[in-house]
Amino acid sequence: MNILQKYEADEVARLSALRAVPEFVPGDTLRVAVKVVEGERTRVQNFEGVCIARSNKGLNSNFTVRKISYGEGVERVFALYAPTISEIAVVRRGDVRRAKLYYLRDRSGKSARIAEKARVIVPAAAKPALVAAVETPTAE
Amino acid sequence: MRTGLLAKKLGMSRIFRDDGTHVPVTVLHLDDVRVVSTRTAERDGYNAVQLGWGRAKVKNVTKPNKGHFAANKVEPTLKLVEFHVAEDALLKPGSSLSAAHFVAGQKIDVCGTSKGKGFAGGMKRWNFSGLEASHGVSVSHRSLGSTGNRQDPGKTFKNKKMPGHLGAERVTTQNLEIAAVDAEKGLILVKGAIPGAKGGYVMVTDAIKRARHVDAPYPAGLVALPVVAEPIAVEPAAEAPQV
Repeated sequence: MNILQKYEADEVARLSALRAVPEFVPGDTLRVAVKVVEGERTRVQNFEGVCIARSNKGLNSNFTVRKISYGEGVERVFALYAPTISEIAVVRRGDVRRAKLYYLRDRSGKSARIAEKARVIVPAAAKPALVAAVETPTAE
Repeated sequence: MRTGLLAKKLGMSRIFRDDGTHVPVTVLHLDDVRVVSTRTAERDGYNAVQLGWGRAKVKNVTKPNKGHFAANKVEPTLKLVEFHVAEDALLKPGSSLSAAHFVAGQKIDVCGTSKGKGFAGGMKRWNFSGLEASHGVSVSHRSLGSTGNRQDPGKTFKNKKMPGHLGAERVTTQNLEIAAVDAEKGLILVKGAIPGAKGGYVMVTDAIKRARHVDAPYPAGLVALPVVAEPIAVEPAAEAPQV
């Protein structure tokens, strides 16, 4: 590991200690809590949608979440370790066969659905947020 | 005027700040940067410090340099560079410089050797617009166009911008900002890009067009030598555990 990689690994460790990054893959439905600064005060805004892409490159990792808002498709790219995100919660595990779900952009309604994957057993201690999300029945 | 620092460009990364912003940074590395020699006004006509970066194997050092290092009683370094300084900012040969020489938020100038581009045409080298894509232009879409006038003056003027070698030259970028400093690891994180390829040596100096930062150490940020700890009288524990 060279010095630059060491620096980035340390940064990843520091940032993931501040906010845990759950295990998720494209196809999963995520609820991303984003800190929004409005003048003096900050509040948390949720962005819930399907993760359609994920790029794993250490400190520069990011993921794309797509949702349909008032009939219009909205996509947001988040930096995985951004301190502006206060929580990433996995709402639903999707069963998909692609790493990049860009085909969802051309679809709407029934054909844009993703089948739910059989439950993944995650140790409760390791991923408390994730288990809580999985246990609650997802509203369709 | 303080000395600058000799550093190695490692590459680019980013910093996530707690307020949510993120800063693109170039990571510079200081590996055992030491003062090798000094130049003084009375002997050489100007005041300067000569810095070295890293540690070279003795077998790889040239004979003249071996003599130079030996005369100053300094371990051989991989790279040598001189910085002009004020008389009161001269440093002793052998003293080590720390990344804490610079402070976060300070403006600096960085000087490096840009990436070589080889023989480049007028469009790449001088941002000429070339010829048109159509309207009868054939073959010469990326050519210069005219290089002068007619019988009067009857020559192409000197310094006419023409194709030629581009890059691999000394380039200074001014007024860059120090985003963070890690003195322990010897890292300087500079906001934005700096000239040169990864692994290249760069000279980092205080910004020439700004006043020196108030927190910047003068004459230089030196590595604190390990001080022999004085025996401290151990006081009895004042607060015994009260249960």
